[in-house]
Amino acid sequence: MAIDAATVRKVARLARIREPEERLEPLAQELNTIISWIEQLEEVDTDGVEPMTSVVAVALPLRDDVVTEGGDTRRILSNAPKSADGFFIVPKVVE
Amino acid sequence: MSEKSKLIQGRTGPWEIVLGLEIHAQVASNSKLFSGAAVGFGAGPNEQVALVDAAMPGMLPVINRHCVEQAVRAGLGLNAQINLWSRFDRKNYFYPDLPQGYQISQFKDPIVGEGIVEVERDDGTTFIVGVERLHLEQDAGKSIHDLDPNFTYVDLNRAGTALMEIVSKPDMRSSDEAASYVKKIRTILRYLGACDGDMEKGNLRADVNVSVRRPGAELGTRCEIKNVNSYRYIQQAIEYEARRQIEILEDGGSIHQETRLFDPTKIETRSMRSKEEAHDYRYFPDPDLLPLVLDPAWVQSIKDSLPELPDPKRKRFESQYGLSHYDAGVLVADQARAAFYEQAAAGRDAKLVANWTVNNLLGRLAENGGDIETSPIPPEDIAGLVKLIEDGVISSKIAKEVFDHMWAGEGTPAQVVEKFGLVQITDTGAIEASIDKIMAANPDKVEAAKERPQALGWFVGQVMRDTGGKANPAAVNEILKVKLGL
Repeated sequence: MAIDAATVRKVARLARIREPEERLEPLAQELNTIISWIEQLEEVDTDGVEPMTSVVAVALPLRDDVVTEGGDTRRILSNAPKSADGFFIVPKVVE
Repeated sequence: MSEKSKLIQGRTGPWEIVLGLEIHAQVASNSKLFSGAAVGFGAGPNEQVALVDAAMPGMLPVINRHCVEQAVRAGLGLNAQINLWSRFDRKNYFYPDLPQGYQISQFKDPIVGEGIVEVERDDGTTFIVGVERLHLEQDAGKSIHDLDPNFTYVDLNRAGTALMEIVSKPDMRSSDEAASYVKKIRTILRYLGACDGDMEKGNLRADVNVSVRRPGAELGTRCEIKNVNSYRYIQQAIEYEARRQIEILEDGGSIHQETRLFDPTKIETRSMRSKEEAHDYRYFPDPDLLPLVLDPAWVQSIKDSLPELPDPKRKRFESQYGLSHYDAGVLVADQARAAFYEQAAAGRDAKLVANWTVNNLLGRLAENGGDIETSPIPPEDIAGLVKLIEDGVISSKIAKEVFDHMWAGEGTPAQVVEKFGLVQITDTGAIEASIDKIMAANPDKVEAAKERPQALGWFVGQVMRDTGGKANPAAVNEILKVKLGL
């Protein structure tokens, strides 16, 4: 597949990465190089091979339904640029 | 309800509404889906947050076995396929109350596949709604926009709480059907104990997909109305949205697929433009979580532990107690009601107990905004009341008076009857004396009754009035017939 500047603009926007207009075309070329490199994997015949979900064949561990954490608002908020009364405070999100 | 009456008449002809619902039901659990923080209502801001929920770097999610079990229970309760192999995906979007930048959900391989739900309409008829899937996912935190004009406040207490998303097929054709479907899902989940169904707290809410089409035509373009959290709002949102779409189409326009918000104060839906771009969620398997593999023996043991569900219970109430489809439906709509009824009906006239429970007790509770949990009258007193009627101690008419006293907390049925002297008069001597008195005072009516036996009713009424309603009506009838020579 080929990636154009419009696709790069969209992906950047979805990832909240600000890219100036003049960077879009060079980025598209870079990404196309990466993708064509990865496309070499298509040469491998994967018919009948289950997609690998983990490098170790173990099942998902399950934990008991008990409360082991919480009640530590100060620690939770310790990295927040702005907080008050136990809340994170962020720039206004307009709905 | 006939097929025709569900159609909406537009200016240019009839339209059919097509509805599909995504119900988000919070799993009733102590702790969150992937962290050991408490789940609950009413804690201070950010008091129920684990480092995983706040997306601190290096923190890994570990799934809650109880939440998985509830999803399996719900799947079994919806007659659905349980997928022994499922997995979790990341649904990527940015919002301040989603610290990870993605929601852990199940996209491609959900834990529960297709199922079927039988739903009762208000008129007692039933219809089938197909379930597309049920999957487990995390809830987001809460953004509060009105505490400060310039800032949004974020509380992550709800972030990471386990939700079951139940996706229906587009099988509903009216707002009533949609509300009935949500009621049925809520009842099933409450029976299973998988979700408390508290809609006011947002523990059960629905996204409604609405489209319209000409009867029999291809499906139209749909709009999704997000997060509607009461039966009434669901109905109002659908009615408004269907009308909106019909007007656009009849004016020659076309429907633009979008996410909309229901405003309960204005009773209208409006576009949520902020969500337009968010639709590209770029799902991919969550590398932090292995596939969820269920042991068939565990699923079987869950199946064996399921309670009697509303549909089989209703059928049993109809056959075992001889109840009408309607009464049985009212009683099984809530597990506590059904248990109350069965306790009261033990050894008594089951139909009579149903009448008193449904028509009098539940009716009175509803008038006062309550349900069976808040009943001032315990089941043994409904049983006691019915026994007094069965034994002929009181008439059905007097029983209503006894019920009023019971409601007011004035004692058990026997105490009330004793205290207010409400015992039915079965003593024929007393009834005869009353009849003689009335016949002597109304010779014209006596003559009339001999001509027209239907006039007997007037005498019965007079005797009942004379005895304060306490005369046994059957005895009154018998004696009157003899005395009037009928």
